[in-house]
Amino acid sequence: MVAMADETFTSDAADSPAIRLRGIRNAFGTQVVHDNLDLDVRRGEVLGVVGGSGTGKSVLLRTIIGLQVPAAGEIELLGERIDTGHGEMPTRKLQGRFGMMFQDGALFSSLTVAQNIMAPMRERGGIPKQLMRELALLKINMVGLPPNAADKFPSQLSGGMRKRASLARALALDPQVVFLDEPTAGLDPIGASNFDQLIRDLQSSLRLTVVMVTHDLDSLVAICDRIAVLLDRQVTVGTMQELVANPHPWIQEYFHGPRARAAFEAPGLAR
Amino acid sequence: MAAAAETSLSITEAGGELRVGIAGPLTVQSVARLDREFRQAAKASPRQVVIDAVEVSALDSAGAWVLRRTSEAFTRRGIEVRLDGLPEEFSALLEKAFVPDPDLAIDENRPNPLILIAARAGKAMFDMVHVGRDLFGFFGLTIVSLLALLTGRARLRFVALVSQLEYVGLNAVGIVALLCFLVGVVLAYMGSLQLERFGAAILTVNLVGVSVLREIGVLLTAIIVAGRSGSAFTAQIGTMKVNQEVDALETLGLSPVDVLVIPRLIALFIALPILVFIGDIAGLAGGAMIAVLKLDLTIQQFLTQLKGAVDFWDFGTGMLKAPVFAYVIAVVGCHQGLKVSGSAESVGFRTTKAVVESIFIVIVLDALFAIFFAEVGI
Repeated sequence: MVAMADETFTSDAADSPAIRLRGIRNAFGTQVVHDNLDLDVRRGEVLGVVGGSGTGKSVLLRTIIGLQVPAAGEIELLGERIDTGHGEMPTRKLQGRFGMMFQDGALFSSLTVAQNIMAPMRERGGIPKQLMRELALLKINMVGLPPNAADKFPSQLSGGMRKRASLARALALDPQVVFLDEPTAGLDPIGASNFDQLIRDLQSSLRLTVVMVTHDLDSLVAICDRIAVLLDRQVTVGTMQELVANPHPWIQEYFHGPRARAAFEAPGLAR
Repeated sequence: MAAAAETSLSITEAGGELRVGIAGPLTVQSVARLDREFRQAAKASPRQVVIDAVEVSALDSAGAWVLRRTSEAFTRRGIEVRLDGLPEEFSALLEKAFVPDPDLAIDENRPNPLILIAARAGKAMFDMVHVGRDLFGFFGLTIVSLLALLTGRARLRFVALVSQLEYVGLNAVGIVALLCFLVGVVLAYMGSLQLERFGAAILTVNLVGVSVLREIGVLLTAIIVAGRSGSAFTAQIGTMKVNQEVDALETLGLSPVDVLVIPRLIALFIALPILVFIGDIAGLAGGAMIAVLKLDLTIQQFLTQLKGAVDFWDFGTGMLKAPVFAYVIAVVGCHQGLKVSGSAESVGFRTTKAVVESIFIVIVLDALFAIFFAEVGI
C-alpha cells in the first residue's frame, strides 16, 4: 500500500526508511539528553514517541527536522542526508516534503487561518492564487474545521480548532512525513479521539508517515503502528505487544499502570 | 524532485465526447502548472466527458481536488462524467477531497480602497472617543482605589512599591540626567549664537534658566519616563494578562487595580518629581558648561545671573506639573496593559498605543498649564 506513494521519488529513496537516525548525541551543557541514539521510521507508519519528562521527546523531533543541531550523529530524512554541521537549513532542500505541527499550534498570529495554510504554498511559489485559496479551503475541510474558520484569526479560535488549523498548515503541500508534537494534549476526550481518527484517516488516504510525540495512551493504542520509548538516552522501538512484554521497569510501569489498563480495555479501541 | 515524471494533460473532443487524458503524477507541483488548462477544459460543453486516469501514477490531495473540481464543473451543468481507470488506492483520497463551497468564500470583491480608508478613519474617531471614555472610567477607578488606601480599607503593597520605585526612579536617573544635560548644552549654545549678535550673550543664562525650569526639564523627563516606564507598565501587565495571571489574581479575590496598578502609580507619583528635579539641575549644569566655555563667565557669575533671572515660580510651575504628568503616564500605561487581550501581538500594539497616548496627553496638558499659569500670573 505504501509503495505507490514513493514512485514519484528517486528509486533508492523508495526502499530506504523515511527517517534514519544514527548515533545521535544531544547535550545541553553537561546534561546529555540523547547519546548514541539510533532510530528508523518506516515509510507509511504511525510512530508514537513516549518518554518521561525531560527525556528529550521534543528535542528528538526538533533534531530530525533540523531545528536542533546534534553534537554528533547522522540524520537522513526521506533519503536526504541532513547536514549536522552548521550549513544551510535542511528545510530548504526538503521544502514541502515534511510538515510539523507544534504543540501550541504556532500559527502566525497576524494571518488568518487560510493565509496560514497558504503561507507554505506562497513560499514554494508557482501555484495560482485561486488554486491556493481552494487548496486552503480543502485542507480546512479535511481537518474538520468549518468553512467559516478560513477567514478567522488564530486568536479567534479555540485550542482544539487551533490544533486542527495547525495540522492543516502542516499538510499544506501534501508532505510525505508529518511530525506532531502532543497533538491531543489539552483536548477533551471526544475531541482527542476525533483528532486521533482524523490523523489515522489522513494517514491512510494521503499515505503519510507520521511521527507523533504523545502522552495520550488512548492515541497510542488507537493509531500508532509502533511506539518508540525514550529511555536512558536511547530509544526502544516496538509494537504495543512487544513493549508490553518488555521487562524494563519504566516500560512496565508505563504500560501496566491503571491508565494504561483503562486504555487497553476501552472497547473498540484495542487493535 | 519530480523531474523524472512529467505530467501530461491531453484534451480531445470527438463526436460530442470530451476526453481528458492525464498521465503521470497528479500532485501539487503538476497541478499548479496545469491548473489553467484544467479550468479551461472545464468550460467546454460537450454531451459527455470521459476522464482517463489510467496513467495517473501518484495522487495527492491537491491533485484529487482538481480532479473532483473538474468533474463537478460538468456534473453541475447536467453533463455526464465518467472517471476511467483511476487506480483503486486513490479512491479514498478522491472521496476526501471536498470543499463545501469553494467560490463563496473567496474574498476577491473587496470594497474600494478609498472607502476603506474613510471607513478606517471614521472607526478610529469612534475608537478615540471610546478610549477617552474608558480612560476616564479607569482614572476614576484608580481614584477610588487610592481613597480606599488612604482610609485604610486597602493595604499598600510595600514590596511592590519599592521595587517599582527602583525601576522607574533610580534606574532612570542616568538617562534623564544625561539627556537634560545635553539639551541644556544645545539650548545654551544655540541661544548664545543668536543673542551674541545683539550683544546680549549674558541673557543666554536667562534663556536656559527659564526654559529648563519651566518647560524642558519636566517635559523631557515626562517623555523619557513615558517611553521607558509607561511602556514597561503596559508590557508587564499585558504579558500577565496574556498568561492569565490577571485572571488568577481575580480568582484569589485580589483586585488587579490594587495589586498591579496602585504600586506603579504611587511609585511614578513619587519618582517623577524627583527625576524632574534631577533633570532641572542637569539642564542648568549643561547651560553652565557652555556659559563657562563659550561666554567666558565664571560659575559665580553664572549663578548670580541665574538668581536674577528666575524666581521661585519658574521652578515651582515645573515641579507642580510633574505629579500630574506622572499620574497620566501611569494611568495610561496600566490601562492599556489591562486592555491587552488574546495574543502576544496585542501586547506590542497596546505598548505602542500607551506611549503615543501618554505623550500626547502630557503635551496637551502642558499647553493647558502654560495658559493657566499665564492667567494666574506666575
